[in-house]
Amino acid sequence: MAREYFHSVTLDKTLCKGCTNCISKCPTEAIRVRDAKAMIITERCIDCGECIRKCPSHAKKAVSDPLDIIRNYDFKVAIPAPSLYGQFKNTPTDVILTALKKLGFDDVYEVASAAEIASQATADLIKKGNYPRPLISSSCPAVVRLIQVRFPSLIEHVIKLQTPMEIAARIVKKQLYPDKKNIGVFFISPCPAKITSVRSPLGNEQSAVDGVIAQKDIFPAMHRLIKTIDKPEKLSKASGTGIRWAHSDGESEAVRSPKSIAVDGIEHVIKVLEQIENEDFHHIDFIEAMACPGGCVGGTLTVENPYIARSRVKRLVASVPLKNNEEDINLNPGFDISWTKEIYSRPILKLSEDVSEALQMMDEIEKIDSMLPGLDCGSCGAPNCHSLAEDIVTGKAHKTDCIFILRDEIKKVAGQMAELEKRMPPARNFHKE
Amino acid sequence: MQLNFSIPGNDMDLAGIASSTLKKKLQQIGVDNSIIKKTVIALYEAEINMVIHGGGGNITIDITPENIICILVDHGPGIADIGLAMQEGYSTATDAIREMGFGAGMGLPNIKRNSDEMEINSVPGKGTTVKIIEKLG
Repeated sequence: MAREYFHSVTLDKTLCKGCTNCISKCPTEAIRVRDAKAMIITERCIDCGECIRKCPSHAKKAVSDPLDIIRNYDFKVAIPAPSLYGQFKNTPTDVILTALKKLGFDDVYEVASAAEIASQATADLIKKGNYPRPLISSSCPAVVRLIQVRFPSLIEHVIKLQTPMEIAARIVKKQLYPDKKNIGVFFISPCPAKITSVRSPLGNEQSAVDGVIAQKDIFPAMHRLIKTIDKPEKLSKASGTGIRWAHSDGESEAVRSPKSIAVDGIEHVIKVLEQIENEDFHHIDFIEAMACPGGCVGGTLTVENPYIARSRVKRLVASVPLKNNEEDINLNPGFDISWTKEIYSRPILKLSEDVSEALQMMDEIEKIDSMLPGLDCGSCGAPNCHSLAEDIVTGKAHKTDCIFILRDEIKKVAGQMAELEKRMPPARNFHKE
Repeated sequence: MQLNFSIPGNDMDLAGIASSTLKKKLQQIGVDNSIIKKTVIALYEAEINMVIHGGGGNITIDITPENIICILVDHGPGIADIGLAMQEGYSTATDAIREMGFGAGMGLPNIKRNSDEMEINSVPGKGTTVKIIEKLG
């Protein structure tokens, strides 16, 4: 299935210097350097954006839709992620949303409003009990994909509810504008993982979102527009409950479970998932796990420093009611928000279909690994010595890709040459001539 | 294949290294996720026990196409009454260890629950040996 492996994270080869910054930070060891350029192993990539964050040459990019895409639709609705509110200094939400609308949209519906529904649905699930503990939020698609490839035994812990983005798009299409023809709904995204989720959905056959526009791409135009708005439209309806999903802790606070934890940053998420597999977190009900530091405000398609943005969003949350006045209307979307499709493990580590062969390969890997220097320098193009050993055994790399082994080999050959140089043909003696 | 670990006692930093290493190996071999899950839980529990009670020790893991055999040997104080230690809730952990979320007295029963076969031999004053067998296929 080619669609399965659509990725928003890509490489601009002209900018890649072939350095090894990205390979060592990739949580699924999905990058190798080959022919002095980084290469993403598509079946391993989870579109978390870590490589985008680490690349000093800005060669790693996320492919999002240009604003022009909205012209293909007769009626255009923007659904901004709550993280958008943290991008602008001293700007009321209505002004931000009015500026967004003025970019060419017919209406704006806040994903934060849909997040209120998701919060309530999650709280209901927890209250109902009878689930594998702890439940893991499915709102961060990079985390869900990380679970698919590295923590398949935790798939049953993932909450099978649509993300606020999908709920918002469905509300726009089913509730707000059911009669509009050729309607386009566009997510204003802080992260590349959401772009991938629209093209290759998790828990859905098809996304209700028609395009994903990066927050950073429309930031300059919005920034200019914001200065011109005297009378903003009353567009903001979301409460603090939904808006706080923009940052780490926000979702778990919105879910209001006393036995919940929030973890952000992919390395921390991995540690927590490891511990869940060890059954260390059996006493926890709910885990909010965000791949980006600080939560969605730390996404790679945002503009503002994530900690500044988080602080702004927190101030905003404190200034609006936690729940909406039209609570009942808002919290009942009128349709089922459960997943319509299961997700499955994507075992990227498996060496062979045959257990005996896999064991043999593993022995070989350990043998080669013990001969490698163990410096994890990355010069071979693999993230660490052990993954080079794996690549060698699976036929994707050669032992001399390791510069230390290469140097040893050269030394051996040089010694042999020096040895040969001393041996002269018996018929002639150059030294005496 | 065989994996060997030398686990220091009372050092929680390294506790879990054997189970997390084993987990990755089993994923590479392509072992069923449900088997990986229980194996990792059983070994992790036994490993933590070894650090907290056993003063550290050695772990040997043999993986064959038929089964996974983990043998944990420590030279700690031993268990005086194995029957008692197998009861849920029984614990001798110190407060410091309990504060870290360990020592609830679920250890040995949890190992048994998550393994196909479990053997435990202990001599007070000499040490404890725990053998965990998980069957593949």
